[in-house]
Amino acid sequence: MPETDRRPASNLPPLSLHIPEPRYRPGDTPDFGDIVVPAVDATPRPSEATKPDAMRELCYGLVRVLDFDGQAKGQWDPKLSPERLRTMLRYMMLVRAFDDRMFRAQRQGKTSFYMKCTGEEATSVASTMALDRGDMCFPSYRQQGILIARDYPLIQMMNQIYSNRGDHLLGRQLPIMYSAPKHGFFSVSGNLATQYPQAAGWAMASASKGDSRIATVWCGEGSSAEGDFHSALTFATVYNAPVIFNVVNNQWAISSFSGFAGGERTTFAARAVGYGIAGLRVDGNDPLAVYAATQWAADRARTNSGPTLIEHFTYRSEGHSTSDDPSAYRPADEASAWPFGDPIARLRQHLETLGEWDGERHEAQRAELENLVKTTQKQSEKLGILGHGMHQPFETMFQDVFEDMPWHLKEQCAQMLAEQEAKFGPDWKPE
Amino acid sequence: MMSADTMTATKTMNMIEAINSAMDVMLERDSNVVVMGEDVGFFGGVFRATAGLQKKHGKTRVFDTPINECGIIGVAVGMGAYGLRPVPEIQFADYIYPGLDQLVSEAARLRYRSAADFICPMTVRTPFGGGIFGGQTHSQSPESIMTHICGVKTVIPSNPYDAKGLLIAAIEDNDPVVFLEPKRIYNGPFSGYYDRPVEPWSKHAASAVPEGHYRIELGKAATVREGEALTVLAYGTMVHVVKTIVEELKVDAEIIDLRTLLPLDIDAIEASVKKTGRCLVIHEATRTSGFGAELAALVQERCFYHLEAPVERVTGFDTPYPHSLEWAYFPGPVRIATALTKILKD
Repeated sequence: MPETDRRPASNLPPLSLHIPEPRYRPGDTPDFGDIVVPAVDATPRPSEATKPDAMRELCYGLVRVLDFDGQAKGQWDPKLSPERLRTMLRYMMLVRAFDDRMFRAQRQGKTSFYMKCTGEEATSVASTMALDRGDMCFPSYRQQGILIARDYPLIQMMNQIYSNRGDHLLGRQLPIMYSAPKHGFFSVSGNLATQYPQAAGWAMASASKGDSRIATVWCGEGSSAEGDFHSALTFATVYNAPVIFNVVNNQWAISSFSGFAGGERTTFAARAVGYGIAGLRVDGNDPLAVYAATQWAADRARTNSGPTLIEHFTYRSEGHSTSDDPSAYRPADEASAWPFGDPIARLRQHLETLGEWDGERHEAQRAELENLVKTTQKQSEKLGILGHGMHQPFETMFQDVFEDMPWHLKEQCAQMLAEQEAKFGPDWKPE
Repeated sequence: MMSADTMTATKTMNMIEAINSAMDVMLERDSNVVVMGEDVGFFGGVFRATAGLQKKHGKTRVFDTPINECGIIGVAVGMGAYGLRPVPEIQFADYIYPGLDQLVSEAARLRYRSAADFICPMTVRTPFGGGIFGGQTHSQSPESIMTHICGVKTVIPSNPYDAKGLLIAAIEDNDPVVFLEPKRIYNGPFSGYYDRPVEPWSKHAASAVPEGHYRIELGKAATVREGEALTVLAYGTMVHVVKTIVEELKVDAEIIDLRTLLPLDIDAIEASVKKTGRCLVIHEATRTSGFGAELAALVQERCFYHLEAPVERVTGFDTPYPHSLEWAYFPGPVRIATALTKILKD
């Protein structure tokens, strides 16, 4: 189309399309100096029954408890006992030890895939610890901390990651897509944010039954762009559902920075404003702030005061998954420039400041947990690693599509068993 | 077919009343059943299928929802995980697409991916099909999209008696069921002649519906008419249309009402086609990759040496459902008669 046909007669400059671009790319020196870090006691703690429109500023502030010298301060301090703080530290350290070991196992070719949550441990561990044991968690794929904080057996996680003979999901799911109903952990989907309306529905069901349990759900800032996110917040506000929505804003969705989910314009906590639900923006690398915010939201939900959206402001220190290479799209040292430090280091510092922990105990615990993971890994590997993948009887492929197997699946199963016999002979058994 | 407690009083019902009665019975029997959807609460649904249910069973059992099909189905998945037995309504099948990811990737796969840790005992009710001048967004027949999903059952009733028994069986089923209601025949069976008066259900035997609980097992077809000349595989509205035409043309057709598309009653199909040697497949949905393609493939796989003519398909055209040209689109008397002539000539 000729230029003259396209432009109306006007002295306005031509329209321009904005394509978001992160400030730093590989080779750049990252500087997060422009991120506003409010003082620890700058954010007041409203009552759990506060109307959402009377606490909007919390969507734009930052709930903090730990200062950078390891002191807990301000109205949000949950005042946990040293014992409880040590338990929290232990869970976070166990998550990290587990992640490191399983990442390595993938690199050693023992499984197809793994996802670490390095730097984000507080957003699931501290959050879960602030819930009741019966509360239902609808995780995304980076919330292994929920299972660890609820003492789910490590070997079950590893068996799932290896899709081995011990995998109770029968090798059907990609590694880390756990399911643990007895631990209040919903089956991980892999499709993004689909768990959001499901959590709202679970919470609605709990409320309609006069139950006392609430639901919590996690997604990343990237998948907050999904329609399911909007569906969930709409249903939650319409029915005042007892649900906590967590958005883990770790700045990166694979290679897309938070600007591609709207992060250049406002905070993710501010999404709550439009729905008329409570929103909190929290330092996601401060385990005590995460705990305090979750406790606030849980109390609110449990007293029929409504849902809460919590944005955990954090940073994804490692790649998206074992299939990702973050050095291709962001500076290698960006994580170390992150102004909020590391959640494990910060809780350790706090405990040391209190005189309740020291370097020797820390190192001893790290060694103990690494050893625990390693020993468990050996037990799990006795049940097999992914390898060729054929660890389950082939007919399990056709089970659980429906409660009862219809004729067409029975026919297809018979066909597959004939293929198995043709390939492996009549005596073959899964290894 | 009827279970022991079905011998209650019967009442003359149209399809809407029968569907309403099924939900009423299930809300009464099982405190975990909830009915929800756009306009289904106080108002009772745009087709009146839930009329009176909120008043009788309360607002937490029967309620309106936001206009958000992704949310309706997604929330129902979560309710099912909690232990409820949700019966969401999608106001028109044409609106189900925003909820399709929750149906395909979540509801249908939850049992499988969690090795039965979690299940989805949900029944999605939705009116479908044309013949009411609904235009392209109130007339579609998406059944083959549903049957292509592994993990979902697809049910289509063709009369009040079946509608109630099948809906009760669907609600009691522990897997997700898409229950497609042929809206053209809500108030009376349809002859296929748009220019003739509509006959009410009260003149049809299948309008005698027990007031209590009874089930019609999913996966079982019904023989609507026995015959020797050919087998017609039909469901929903087209059962009545094709029956009118074969009787007018005095064709000795055997008409099988499939009732459940998945799981399919393959035994009934196979037995009939082997007996007649000819098979006509009919549906209102678009032709290409329609459910008729699956039926034709199954028939030739299983009955090839019994066939005396190619399997014939009578379907809607591969266009959006037009508004004003609705009756030119609809697979009506002329299209059916042409196909019958072709399949019977050898």
